[in-house]
Amino acid sequence: MLPPMRTPGISTPWPLRDKVAFVGIGTSAFGSFPDNDTYGLGAEALNRALDDAGLSVRDIDGLIVNRIPSYERFAEMMGISPQFCLLTESPGRFSGVSLALAMQAVVTGAAEVVALVYGNNGRSVRVRYGGGDSQWSAWGMTSPGAIHAMMWRRHMHLYGTTHADLGWVAEAFRDHACRNPDAVMYGRPITREDHATARPICEPLRLLDYCLINDGAVAWIVTSAERARDLRRPPVLISAYARQDCFRYGSAPPTDFWQESLGAVRRLIYTRAGFGPEDIQGLGIYDNFTPTVMFSLEGMGFCAPGESGDFVKGGTLRLGQGRWPTNTSGGHLSNSYMQGWEIIAECVRQLRGECGARQIPNCQAMQYICATNIAQSIILRRG
Amino acid sequence: MPAPVIDVWSRPFWQAARERRFILPRCRDSGRCFFPPAPVSPFTGRPHVEWVEAAGEGSLWSFVVFHQTYFDDFPPPYAVVMVELDEGPMFLANLRGADPSELSIGQRMRIVFDEERNGIVLPQFEIVR
Repeated sequence: MLPPMRTPGISTPWPLRDKVAFVGIGTSAFGSFPDNDTYGLGAEALNRALDDAGLSVRDIDGLIVNRIPSYERFAEMMGISPQFCLLTESPGRFSGVSLALAMQAVVTGAAEVVALVYGNNGRSVRVRYGGGDSQWSAWGMTSPGAIHAMMWRRHMHLYGTTHADLGWVAEAFRDHACRNPDAVMYGRPITREDHATARPICEPLRLLDYCLINDGAVAWIVTSAERARDLRRPPVLISAYARQDCFRYGSAPPTDFWQESLGAVRRLIYTRAGFGPEDIQGLGIYDNFTPTVMFSLEGMGFCAPGESGDFVKGGTLRLGQGRWPTNTSGGHLSNSYMQGWEIIAECVRQLRGECGARQIPNCQAMQYICATNIAQSIILRRG
Repeated sequence: MPAPVIDVWSRPFWQAARERRFILPRCRDSGRCFFPPAPVSPFTGRPHVEWVEAAGEGSLWSFVVFHQTYFDDFPPPYAVVMVELDEGPMFLANLRGADPSELSIGQRMRIVFDEERNGIVLPQFEIVR
């Protein structure tokens, strides 16, 4: 007779919990660099990450590049001979996806030390978000901003939220950027009045609801938690990652503000981490547009559906004012448009206590949230 | 004019539009319509798909007003409306015969057709008065 089958119980911890750590973080300068490109910017960021970790390119045996045209040329240029190497898709949702792939590579032994390098020179090459042929372009419907404008108009109709509610998000993140000398918008504070009267781009959204477009690069180096303990920097552990895709919106703006897929992520992420929001001090939210922040807060259960307007009022997301300091480097709206890569790097810096004027006191754990058709969340904690 | 996406699956839709008819692909297993047209039904993944004449009416789900120039043929400001068709799918198009200030979410909308340009007839929406 066969022995009874052993099946994992509900209490079995997520097998990747705290198994992989960030050991190096590097960024290039952010701005407009017409005499550079994604290879030069990426190399600058990766060299800083290597120096941060106390490693050299010879230690790197895994490489993921994003928005750099060729992984092969980048590896060749840097002198990296990996046993695991790939290029990931360019939308911002792939920052989290790339991290998950790197984690899987580390825990399965596909690579020991993985460098992840993102480079963007969209400002210098005048990338336009919008235009071109797509499903609805024959009707002039184009640009990611228009999709979020469509969704926010609906949200306002359903729940009584307003454009002014978004001003709390824009103001908080700009305040954070003004505490971050590396931010593109450092030294350029705004008020909610500025947000309300900015020029309309795609109504109901206005200029200060939109992220920046700037050049720059970000590099992360990850390895096993075990190896991380022997390296230079205090390790930051990846306690949890969860993802739920939703591709059934018929090529139209998502009609549920990603609540269903973010809800699925919410039901996994804290269980996987082994602790909940009460033990988390700050957030990193993918802020391509201000409404994305609201959808993220609702979907992840920080407030009920429709209540994000009231939730952010009074500075809930603002460092020194509210319970949930969010995007402390200024985010995509006011620091740098690095498609999630810099927001995750900022979570790591917060957990190392390196943030100076924008440091969250006693920061033990941070949560990243990305509301897109690949909905994701990551929980990081001090090692 | 930015070209619509015309592939082998959507060609019947655009041929019908030239005849000022609004048709939708329907899943023969579930009876549900969908858009954009595809070789298979998104409800089953099976190629059991047929074309049906749609009512061309629905309710306004949301709308936006563009103030930025993205295409030479679309000088701002212009509106794009997102309508939940009575058959189920969402359809996005421009507003005809009204100013965006007259729009309110939930109101009834109806398909009308533009004049033919470069061999294309675009379905658009007007407010049902």
